[in-house]
Formats: sequence, structure tokens, C-alpha cells
Amino acid sequence: MHNISFPQMGDYYIPAEYLMSHALNAKIIKAPKITTKTIELGSKYSPEFVCTPFKYTLGTMIECLDKGADTLIQMGGGCRYGYYYELQEKILKDLNYEFNMINLVTEGKMRITRIHKMIKQINPKYNKIKALYYTFITLKMIKYMDKIDDYIRQNIGFEVNKGSFEKLKSEMLIKFSKVKSYHELKVLYRNYKKRFENIKVYKPDNRLKIGIIGELYTIMEPFSNYFLEKELASHNIEIKRFTNVDYLFLRKKRRMKKYLKNNKYIKYSCGADASDNVANTEYLCENGYDGIIHIKSSFCTPEIGAMPTINKVASAYDVPIIYFSFDMQSSETGIKTRLEAFYDMLEMRKKK
Amino acid sequence: MDKIGIPRSLFYYYYGDIWKTFFDSLNIPYIVSPNTSKEIMDRGIRVSNDEMCLALKNYLGHVDYLKDKCQYILVPRICNYKVNNQSCTNFWAAYDIVNTLFDIDILNYNVDLEKGETLKKGLYKIGKKLGKNNMEIKKAYRKAIYEYDLKRKKNAQINLSKLNSKKTKILIVSHPYNTYDSTIGGDIIKYLIKENAEVIYSDKFDEKITSKLSEKLSKNLYFKYSKESIGSIIYAKDKIDGIIFISSFPCAPDSLVNELVMRKIKKPHLNLIIDNNSTFTGIETRLESFLDVLRGNIHA
Repeated sequence: MHNISFPQMGDYYIPAEYLMSHALNAKIIKAPKITTKTIELGSKYSPEFVCTPFKYTLGTMIECLDKGADTLIQMGGGCRYGYYYELQEKILKDLNYEFNMINLVTEGKMRITRIHKMIKQINPKYNKIKALYYTFITLKMIKYMDKIDDYIRQNIGFEVNKGSFEKLKSEMLIKFSKVKSYHELKVLYRNYKKRFENIKVYKPDNRLKIGIIGELYTIMEPFSNYFLEKELASHNIEIKRFTNVDYLFLRKKRRMKKYLKNNKYIKYSCGADASDNVANTEYLCENGYDGIIHIKSSFCTPEIGAMPTINKVASAYDVPIIYFSFDMQSSETGIKTRLEAFYDMLEMRKKK
Repeated sequence: MDKIGIPRSLFYYYYGDIWKTFFDSLNIPYIVSPNTSKEIMDRGIRVSNDEMCLALKNYLGHVDYLKDKCQYILVPRICNYKVNNQSCTNFWAAYDIVNTLFDIDILNYNVDLEKGETLKKGLYKIGKKLGKNNMEIKKAYRKAIYEYDLKRKKNAQINLSKLNSKKTKILIVSHPYNTYDSTIGGDIIKYLIKENAEVIYSDKFDEKITSKLSEKLSKNLYFKYSKESIGSIIYAKDKIDGIIFISSFPCAPDSLVNELVMRKIKKPHLNLIIDNNSTFTGIETRLESFLDVLRGNIHA
């Protein structure tokens, strides 16, 4: 019996845990919540100028191994993210940990045959049909979660009773993690959707609308962006965010193929999600958003490559944009100050 | 005014020879920007984003230098050479960055073998855009490739023969756009040669052999250029005395690959990271002591 563990990202540990425990019959060791200690641990053993998600995931892995995990799962993206695991494996082995490491995505691509081989290592007798069925449920669960999250982001800044969205959401996640069939999940989703829509909100007409774009890990893991969304919501701002797992897995490829055809700003993909962010910027500008926040971990190469283009699009539409580059040394106060100045400026523009 | 400008940075060190023969035999005048000077580097730093890697800043400096000296600037996009042979994402984005930052005409082709875009197709496209017919392009392309292969073979032989030299043999593991650039790696190489060391270049070996050998160090590496450079370590490890890694700050593939390699090899090595504030004096001290260590080992 293996004790599987994986670095977590936002709330997505719930579907991931669901999939692994049902499809593989494996025991999951839940990664502890990311704290300052995690990132300190991670950066202690990381090479000096690697991007920050490496440090976060390495730190989490060390914490998981200390809790008794013996199989680690790492994901990957279209940039150097896909190569993380080989170095992380070496670093952890040099620290005298014994474990198996499994990487699901290389070069931004998932190959079913490869994953099948990997899974056989964990559980040689896994049931393919059952696994497919649970993968389907998990994908749907992610989709529903992302839809609800989108709704929450638009409304959480305007709730009449503070905390009602968060309370309902945590209740929903617990219910989601216990579903047994697709039908049950669907019913639950419809039920919760109605309840979310019934939460009282007060939305003024002259509210600020801000879009968040940027590198995927920093966007999806709230700790690594210093709870940016919460901070924005506390200032009564409507938030739009594109990047979520549902988008990355299912919609990204089709959308970008269409977008890159005869585009006047960008001709080729710049790797990872960078060209998506150019598309996102254009969408935000065209749909009347007041400002754009671009966040990334420091040294994220694809995003750096796309930043001049993003800047050009935003200035063509005359929409303000602010860039944040997060490292473990970023100070929370510094970020808050810049953010406050940014939305003060947006408010002034709006009043004009 | 020359017709085509070729920035002497990044892609030039991989494809420069092909381009030069190709344009020569098509009778198209071109200009290659001079060796990197402080002025060119400063131009690059001024136009670029502060987090870009030094090599890319340098490249933009060269483009900036060329922008009013020619009609077109040649900026290719190198994406991948089939599965598991990706290039760095800066190579993917170079065209779009130049296109956004500068208001110039760009000659562009795309190398993306996964989608069937090859170098041959690219050069044909460029030839046609410049008003040449198929026959001329075919002849020029063949000549370019032939001479490139010849030159590579010759270089590989020189590099191999250096392995049997009696001097202190040092393998430089770096990307060619760092090694041969006069401000990034130039001083280091000059210093080593002056100190009577034999300098062996990781990129001058036969790339087919080295990229296969890289599997011994890293099984799942998918960066083409990193594969070639770390494969050379395995290829030459029994004959060299020491290894110097040169990378530009903050190079994405190098940050992971070099760290992994340094954890695995048991040869003496020196890791030099160059950024735009590096001065050669600091590097010189490190090189000097590294050479002392190596030579001490030999005579002991």
C-alpha cells in the first residue's frame, strides 16, 4: 500500500484526493497548508534563481515526506515546470528521503499511455473502467467548482452578511468530496448554485471591475499571491480571473488556436500561459474592465516574454495595468501599498 | 543601406553560418551587428524588461543597434525539434517581443517540427519574400547546409583533438550565445587561453552523440540545447580536468539543469552566472583560483 502525496494548489486538492482515493484505492496523505515555514524550507534547498513554484512545491514535498508519504506526484506545464520533478527528486534523495516520484505532465502534454504506465507503478491491479469513470466525475467536479468560484469572485466583494460565501463554499467542498456518482454530484451542484445565487449581495453600478491575469501557479495558489483576491474583495471590487484547472485542461488549446490566427498583437505561442494572457488582456479591455493586475512568480520566463505584448495591448485600449512579481521575500505591506495606490487611481479615473 | 540585418546574438550562434552562405549565394546584401560592446548591452537593457535574461537583453540591444541600418531584421522563432527537443521559451517569444518593442520590418520563419515547420521551409519562405525564384533558393539552401555541415565536422574534429592535449583541459558547458559573446563569455575564454589552458566547447561536439549521452545524466530532459551541452560532459569526462558552467542570469533551463548536473558529476567544477552588473575582476579571481586548484591536482 502506497501513501500518496502531492503538492496542493488552492482548493484543487479535493478533486485530486477524490480521484486518487477512488480510482487507485490508495491512501492519501494530505499536504499541510502552505505556511511561511514551507517556503523557507523549500528555498533552503532550491537553486538560487529558480522560479518560486519550485520552492513552494519542494517545501510541501519535504513536509509530506516527514508526515510519512512514500509516493509523490508532481505536475508540469509547458515551461520548465515540466522539468521540476527530476531535480526535486534528486534534491530530496540527496536529503536521504526514500520515495517514488511520479510526473504526470511533460512539455505541457499529457499522454494517456505514459500515465497508464505511471499508475501501474502505484497500483498494478487498478480497474481501468472504474478509473475512467472517476476521472470523468473529477473533471466535472473541477468544472463545477470553477463555475462556482467564478460566481463567488464576481460577488464576494458585495455580500451583505460578511463571510456567507466562504461559509457556504467550505460546506459545498465537503459535500463534493463525499459524492458517489455523477448524478449525485450534478444534483448537489444545482442545489448549491441556487443557494449561492440566493445569498444577498448589494452591487452598486459604479463598482470597480478588475481582471487578474498571470502565471498559473501564482494565480491559483492563494498563499503564493498573498491572498490578493481576498484583499481586492475586501475593497468591494468585482474580480474576473481566467486561469483555472478546467480552463487549462479542456478549453485552452481550442481557444488559443483560434486566437493566434491572424492576430495583430501576437503571432506565436510564448510557452505556458503567456499568450493566453495576451488574449485575456484583450478580452478584459474590450469588456469594460477598469484595471488589470498581472501577477507572476519572479523569473517566470514565458510571462516575461509576453509582458511587452500585454503592455502594448493595455496601452492601446488605455486600460491601467499593474505588474506584481512575487518572490519569497516580497513584503506583504509593500504589495498592499502598491495595490491601494492602484485602486485609488482607478477610482479617480472612474469619477472623472 | 543593406537589406537584411542579422543581430549577432542568440540565434546567430546557431544559424549564422547557414544564413550568411544562404544570403551570399542569393546575392542579397546583409549586415551583421558588431561584437557586443558596452553600448550595445546598455541599449538592450534600456529597451528590455528588467527580469529578462541577460542573453535576451543583449539580443534586443543588437536589434536596437540595427534598427535604422537595414530594411529588414531577421528574427526567427525556434520552438522545437520534435518531441522532447524543446528550446527555451525566450526563443519562442523572441519574434513577438521584437515585433512589439520595435517598429521595424521583420523577416521571420518558424521552426516547429512537431507541426511540420522546418528550417528548409523557413528559408524558402524568406527567399521568396525577397523576390528570388525556387531554383536559386534551392541552390543557395543546399550550399548553405553543405558548408554548415562541413564546418561543424571540422570544428568537432578540432574540439576532439584538444581532448588529447597536455595542457589543463577545461570543458566550457554553456550555450554558444553566452560562450562566444564578447561581453558575456568572451573575457572568460580569453583569460583561460591566456593562462595556457586548453578550452573545449560543449557545443562543438557532434550533437547527435551528445544529446543521446545526456540521458545518462538526466533521463527526462526536454530542452534540446541543454541536452547537447550536458551530453558533452559524459562524452569528455574521462579526459578533462575541470568543468566551467557559464549561464546568463536568470536562464530558465540552466537554473534547473546545471544544478542537477552539478549534484551528479564528480569532476571539479565552477559555476559562473553572469548578469549585467558582473565585473570581470570578480570572475577573474574565481577563475584564477579554479585553475590553481586544477593544476595543484595534476602535479600532486
